Amino acid sequence: MSRPVLSIRDLKVEFVTRRGVLRAIDGVSFDIARGEVLGVVGESGAGKSLTGSAVIGLIDPPGRIAGGEILLNGERIDDLPAAAMREIRGRRIGMVFQDPLTSLNPLYRVGDQITETILAHLDVSAAEARRRAIDLLKEVGIPAAERRIDGYPHEFPGGMRQRVVLALALCAEPDLVIADEPTTALDVSVQAQIIALLRRLCAERGTAVMLITHDMGVIAETADRVAVMYAGRVAEIGPVRAVVKDPLHPYAKGLMGSIPTLEGAADRLVQIPGSMPRLNAIPRGCAFRPRCGSAFARCHIERPEPLRVGEHDVACFLYAQGAPAEPAAAGPGTEARR
Amino acid sequence: MTEFPLIEVTDLRRTFDVSKPWLERTLARESRQLLKAVDGVSFHIRKGETFALVGESGSGKSTVARMVVGLLEPSGGEVRIAGVPMTGGSHAAERRRLRRRIQMIFQDPFASLDPRWRVGDIIGEPIRAFGVAENRRDVTARAGELLRLVGLDPADAQKFPHEFSGGQRQRIAIARALAADSDFIVCDEPTSALDVSVQAQILNLMRDLQDRLGLTYLFISHNLAVVRHMATTIGVMYLGRLVEVAPARQLFAAPRHPYTRMLLDAVPDLAMSGRPRTPVQGEIPSPISPPSGCTFHPRCGLANDRCRAEAPAPIDGVACHAVAEGRVPELRASA
Ligand SMILES: Nc1ncnc2c1ncn2[C@@H]1O[C@H](COP(=O)(O)OP(=O)(O)OP(=O)(O)O)[C@@H](O)[C@H]1O
Ligand SMILES: Nc1ncnc2c1ncn2[C@@H]1O[C@H](COP(=O)(O)OP(=O)(O)OP(=O)(O)O)[C@@H](O)[C@H]1O
Ligand code: SF4
Ligand SMILES: [Mg+2]
Ligand SMILES: [Mg+2]
Repeated sequence: MSRPVLSIRDLKVEFVTRRGVLRAIDGVSFDIARGEVLGVVGESGAGKSLTGSAVIGLIDPPGRIAGGEILLNGERIDDLPAAAMREIRGRRIGMVFQDPLTSLNPLYRVGDQITETILAHLDVSAAEARRRAIDLLKEVGIPAAERRIDGYPHEFPGGMRQRVVLALALCAEPDLVIADEPTTALDVSVQAQIIALLRRLCAERGTAVMLITHDMGVIAETADRVAVMYAGRVAEIGPVRAVVKDPLHPYAKGLMGSIPTLEGAADRLVQIPGSMPRLNAIPRGCAFRPRCGSAFARCHIERPEPLRVGEHDVACFLYAQGAPAEPAAAGPGTEARR
Repeated sequence: MTEFPLIEVTDLRRTFDVSKPWLERTLARESRQLLKAVDGVSFHIRKGETFALVGESGSGKSTVARMVVGLLEPSGGEVRIAGVPMTGGSHAAERRRLRRRIQMIFQDPFASLDPRWRVGDIIGEPIRAFGVAENRRDVTARAGELLRLVGLDPADAQKFPHEFSGGQRQRIAIARALAADSDFIVCDEPTSALDVSVQAQILNLMRDLQDRLGLTYLFISHNLAVVRHMATTIGVMYLGRLVEVAPARQLFAAPRHPYTRMLLDAVPDLAMSGRPRTPVQGEIPSPISPPSGCTFHPRCGLANDRCRAEAPAPIDGVACHAVAEGRVPELRASA
């Protein structure tokens, strides 16, 4: 197998507060290959965005990377000086955020922002940069790109603006794109368009994508693999089909069952009791244990490390040797309605 | 059994004046600009049922909700509750009595609860205001009961909203909505700000409460999968108009309006069933200068000259010329 574009090894991120050190990311590891889309899901506060911020070197004090390594094409980038990291952002790692206006400067014409990024990172003439910018705007589906290139961000409707951000993220031909909730702020009908576009452009260019979202539907349609995060750890990771249709971790099972769909039974939603612990109250052992109906003695004491089960990597003792019994198919620990 | 509807909404309209200030307008020689946020909406809800309004952002769902609960004056049309018109000169005493039966739950559980009040007071206020209980002990007891009903602890009455998670705050909002023995609850995107796992808890709770207390819901969401889980009947809104109203089952099995079909197609295929999907075209036009005729025509594959010229009236629950003329292709067998 060829070298992954992104490789995260045992990443730890901490916040130093007056009341002590809070560990928000606790030993996260995964790879993303060339042309691959890795979906990252999990409930609010699970550490999805923080993992993305660590990769692009944007963790601000009091936060800090407290351990592990981040490799881009085999080279460590987590310990680079700020200036070197700035060069990597934009050039080798493109970014798309929920609010397109965080990526676009409202005072600059969109074309200037794209051409400047191209000129800053690629060795081309100004005319060539502008030509490329127009081509790219066409490719992301901006009508009359030759004319719209001289418009300001506020002159574009929400969905169009996110298309411009996509063009901006891709204009320097990065190896990796980090997309954090790229469609959450958009209308449902536009979401599908943007996701399809992201998927197609990155596949054509061989760009690796880390796609962070709450929306399992988006993941199911876009990702090749998916990582389910819980309380700063990866609970389960595997090919999207396997994890979506046949999740193994009790949390992943509950999560999948709790999503209303057009296909499932109309009156049954699986319910995970309780809520995710705060950073200062993450239990010893398995972080999911207080909400898990399958927990046994070992879950209270030891922390489960990822285990290979078929195509999945699952951090759960039910799949380790000496587990009490086969896990129930319906999803242990989750109570079905009625 | 056909009971007469608890809620009847007839030809409801609301226009907003979105003109620039007079002087600026006069200097620029612009005319006044009116935005028709809700344009002739009619539906009814039977007791114990859930009527859902779906549609994309800006389609007018919240504006309908605010008129139904009386937070916003309609520009035209009528809302009747239990047969009593909620606007106009007569029936004032009856209206007051009915108002108490109506409550609203909002999307943002962070904004809708006063941060300076203890939870017990937040829930106790409507109990007192509507005279459900008078003395302090009875109010406290009732608040405790309500907290237990929504899956919280009576001791939580002592705490402040910021001590709770988003899902717990929405439970508090539900407890408050039920406090005055209300039986008609208008829910505007009650779970849109919540994680799916928390959303499941709240949706299950809302259905359980409906079964136990016979509640009637007007349920607003842009998420069709959520609506499928909750609704008895569904109304699909587009640019201020209801384009299709149908029983939930029928709407999902056999959507008729091209916009309903488009919305259904936009729902990601989570079951990975290979459900056939057509990519959606375009974005919602500005409601200030909506397209002529059927306002959906610029995005519709079936639009013809008549659609561009003439607004379709609802026939048998669907406002679409192509449906009326039998020009809509047969449905896929799925769903
Ligand atoms: N600047 C900060 N100071 C303290 N804690 C922080 C800070 N930024 C993030 N955290 C904490 O780190 C954890 C992970 O946050 P993160 O933003 O990565 O979550 P997320 O999975 O992206 O959630 P969401 O879905 O809500 O975006 C949370 O518990 C959060 O409270
Ligand atoms: N007070 C107001 N003044 C001017 N325009 C308004 C006002 N309230 C709503 N509108 C406009 O009326 C239209 C309908 O808005 P409404 O909030 O009802 O939509 P919605 O379907 O609830 O959308 P969302 O899904 O975004 O909540 C929108 O174009 C909105 O901008
Ligand atoms: S069975 Fe144990 S290890 Fe697995 S999720 Fe439940 S508590 Fe965690
Ligand atoms: Mg985030
Ligand atoms: Mg609204």
